[in-house]
Amino acid sequence: MIGIEHYVAVSSILFVLGVLGIFLNRKNVIVILMAIELILLAVNLNLVAFSAFLHDLTGQIFAMFVLTVAAGEAAIGLAILVIYFRGRGTIAVDDVNRMKG
Amino acid sequence: MIQAFAFYLFTAIMLFSAVSVIFARNPVHSVLWLILAFFNAAGLMVLIGAEFIAMLLVIVYVGAVAVLFLFVVMMLDIDFSEMRAGFIKNAPLGLLIAAVLLAELGLGLGVWHSGALQLGVASGAAATPEGLSNTAAIGALLYTRYLFLFEAAGIILLVAMIGAIVLTHRQRSDTRGQNVGRQIARRPEEATINVKPAVGQGVTL
Repeated sequence: MIGIEHYVAVSSILFVLGVLGIFLNRKNVIVILMAIELILLAVNLNLVAFSAFLHDLTGQIFAMFVLTVAAGEAAIGLAILVIYFRGRGTIAVDDVNRMKG
Repeated sequence: MIQAFAFYLFTAIMLFSAVSVIFARNPVHSVLWLILAFFNAAGLMVLIGAEFIAMLLVIVYVGAVAVLFLFVVMMLDIDFSEMRAGFIKNAPLGLLIAAVLLAELGLGLGVWHSGALQLGVASGAAATPEGLSNTAAIGALLYTRYLFLFEAAGIILLVAMIGAIVLTHRQRSDTRGQNVGRQIARRPEEATINVKPAVGQGVTL
C-alpha cells in the first residue's frame, strides 16, 4: 500500500534533482529557472501528500499559493531574461557584472 | 494493487523526465520533459484525491508557465552548446551537494519512520466535510477562512503581470501608429479636390 513515506521519498528525490540541475547548468539561466520549477513542484507534491494523508485541506490551499508565486516568478524571471538578452545579446550568467564598480 | 502500480508508473516517468530536464542538450527538449514531469506529478496528486490541485497544476504550469518557457527559449537566439562548457567542471561539486542533501532528507525520513520524531496531528478544522468533493471543500475553505490570502495572491499575480509588461514593453520609433486626432480633424474639403478636365487633357496634380 502506498503510504506517506513513498510520497515524501519521491518529492525528496525530485527536490534534489532540482538542486542538482542548478549546479550542473550554472551558465544557462533558462535551465536554472526550470530547475527552480522542479524544486517548487517537489514542495507542492509534499504539501499535497501530507494534506491528503492527514485529512487536512490547509496543505492544498498552501500548495495553491506556492503555485501562484511560482507563476509570478517565472513571468518576471523570463521578462528580465528577455530584456537582458536584448541589451547584451547573451544570457550567460558569468557575464553578469554590470553592477561591479 | 492498481493504485500501487499507477504510483510507481507515475513516479518512474516523473523522475526520469526530471533527470532529462537537467541533462537535455537542447532547452526546448528540457521544456518538453518538464511538461511531462508536471503531467505525472498531477497524476500522483489525483491518486491521493487532490484533484483540484492536480488540474490547477496542468492548467497553470503546462498551459501557461511551460508555454512561456517555450516561447522565450524559441525567441532568444542563443548558442546553447557553449553554455554547457562548465557542465563537467561543475558536476563533482553538484553531485556531492545533491548526495549530501539527499542523505539529509533520507535521515529525516528514517528518524521519523523509527518513531523518534513525532509529527503533529491535524486539528481537523480544515478537514474535508462529509460528502463534499475535493474541489467543493477547497472552495468552501478558500472563500471563507483564506479569503484575504486569496485576494493577496490575486494582487501578486497582478503585480507580476504589470511588471512583466513594463519590463518587456518598448516604444519603437520605426513604426507608424494611428494618429486619432489628426484623423478626426481631417475634412473632405482639404483632402480631396474636384476637377473637371477637358476631354483628352488629363489632370495635373
